[in-house]
Amino acid sequence: MFARGLKRKCADGDEDMEGALASLQRQSLLDMSLVKLQLCHMLVEPNLCRSVLIANTVRQIQEEMTQDGTWRVMAPQTAGQAPRDRLVSTEILCRAAWEQDGELPAPGSADGDAPDLVSHLCGAPSAPAPRSTQGCVWDVDGPGEDRGSLQKSLDQIFETLESKTPSSVEGLFGDMDSPYYDLDAVLTGMVGSKSARRPLPSSLFRGQGGFLQAGRPPGPA
Amino acid sequence: MGEDTDTRKINHSFLRDHSYVTEADIISTVEFNHTGELLATGDKGGRVVIFQREPESKNTPHSQGEYDVYSTFQSHEPEFDYLKSLEIEEKINKIKWLPQQNAAHSLLSTNDKTIKLWKITERDKRPEGYNLKDEEGKLKDLSTVTSLQVPVLKPMDLMVEVSPRRVFANGHTYHINSISVNSDCETYMSADDLRINLWHLAITDRSFNIVDIKPANMEDLTEVITASEFHPHHCNLFVYSSSKGSLRLCDMRAAALCDKHSKLFEEPEDPSNRSFFSEIISSVSDVKFSHSGRYMLTRDYLTVKVWDLNMEARPIETYQVHDYLRSKLCSLYENDCIFDKFECAWNGSDSVIMTGAYNNFFRMFDRNTKRDVTLEASRESSKPRAVLKPRRVCAGGKRRRDDISVDSLDFTKKILHTAWHPAENIIAIAATNNLYIFQDKVSSEMH
Repeated sequence: MFARGLKRKCADGDEDMEGALASLQRQSLLDMSLVKLQLCHMLVEPNLCRSVLIANTVRQIQEEMTQDGTWRVMAPQTAGQAPRDRLVSTEILCRAAWEQDGELPAPGSADGDAPDLVSHLCGAPSAPAPRSTQGCVWDVDGPGEDRGSLQKSLDQIFETLESKTPSSVEGLFGDMDSPYYDLDAVLTGMVGSKSARRPLPSSLFRGQGGFLQAGRPPGPA
Repeated sequence: MGEDTDTRKINHSFLRDHSYVTEADIISTVEFNHTGELLATGDKGGRVVIFQREPESKNTPHSQGEYDVYSTFQSHEPEFDYLKSLEIEEKINKIKWLPQQNAAHSLLSTNDKTIKLWKITERDKRPEGYNLKDEEGKLKDLSTVTSLQVPVLKPMDLMVEVSPRRVFANGHTYHINSISVNSDCETYMSADDLRINLWHLAITDRSFNIVDIKPANMEDLTEVITASEFHPHHCNLFVYSSSKGSLRLCDMRAAALCDKHSKLFEEPEDPSNRSFFSEIISSVSDVKFSHSGRYMLTRDYLTVKVWDLNMEARPIETYQVHDYLRSKLCSLYENDCIFDKFECAWNGSDSVIMTGAYNNFFRMFDRNTKRDVTLEASRESSKPRAVLKPRRVCAGGKRRRDDISVDSLDFTKKILHTAWHPAENIIAIAATNNLYIFQDKVSSEMH
């Protein structure tokens, strides 16, 4: 289901069409912003001002969408793959709001307020064809991928805004116990299943053009 | 027709243009020195080119003080940060001249991470007639020296020598966006996205952090520093602008760490103009004190504003640079143009303000007459020594012959960097990799 009113009768048609249009535009803006954020993070050194402005815009859209109440709850099992990807992609901005909780809602979970919001986002309108290509940026994994590691590595993307700077050098290395082993493993392509599942900070891969799926084994899936 | 006459009046002020093509790269900063005799430009390749104004000559009355290349040097080289595994761009973000204290000129140039102090000296004489060395500098055979002579200074071709005197490194974690020399001529400040440092010009291994807006948790970051400047007369005051459109005036006498501002200048948002882009377009890209020190000029995406230091609630003047873009913000967000950082400038008497726009247009606003003009910096539209023709952007409605429609504006041709001579009506406009210098021939007749 989509934003309210798309399928109402003509009597209420106009008003709701406008609302639906605005929602569509808003959603498209959100998608665009998330893509920009992701591209920001993939850059060698992100422009902090730009990242902050885009992130603020995304938060603003999210707030307005929540207030509008245009979100509908959707049970995770019926969500399917596309909404899951959307969930993962919006988690970056959600992370900021739920930092205090100390943990991120698992995909599809529905407990507590914050995860409710997440699953609301999860139930966001399935994209009409043109927009889904943007959503596809996040569609990097096949169904068989390890979503846990992908999710965790995406969590780190927003953190890499900080971890690209020496002030948090400790943060850079805090995420992994043996950075050089992992780097070697990836570079030489010899990755056993264990190390493949360990998420590496995407900062390590900056030189290689920025992998998103840091936890993904480089070999055949 | 009345309107045309008016624009022609403003137009007549600029009777000359000289365009200098800097060889390779995109100009990233332009700055006159305190007398206006020298003009420095920095580019993306880390080079600095200094132009000098030729003294006016009676023989050629038409070349009243033209600017010619004086010196070129490589200020910054690309660096590689091995710890973070990334390159540090050599692009010169800002150049600031130091007030001249002796025969030499000095300037500060900075890239994202490192500030350098350069000393520029002239040599136009050289000693000849050494006793121990011959003309090539080789040691003479002492047995051939039969008499002593006193070396004499003989004139030689002018040689401009540039040497790095100080390197202020490792002071910044984030990208430096501004530097500003204090009126005390001993200290200067450098600002990055989250911090501002105070340096002493003679001390490179230490700087004092005077502003730090980094949150304890980077996830909470919602605002960054975009520009900063020292007050031109009060060495204890400085201002910094933010990405949320606010200005903070700080007094260094109040505390060692100036996180708490003395004054906060912020304009309440106009609810009728609110959109998802409101915050982005309110981000201040440049802030400049007036020469008098009484006002501040800020540039955000669509406007330039004049603020009175005594009034924090709102600017005293707001000028629309290109309001016709307001309905195109979504497209400009998509193509990233909305993040372009335009600079702004005062003229010497603080009566006219100038800023750049798209399509190689730049705008000037006369604060007294409230008139404004749009001019274009391009070789196609202006031959050297020709009068600049005012341009108009038509956003629908009545369209005149030479108007440009909003949709045909070239957004890749942006004028981000402009500078105004400190005393005369001479302006320097950087249009991508071209530098334009426009002069007003009849300066005595200017309002």
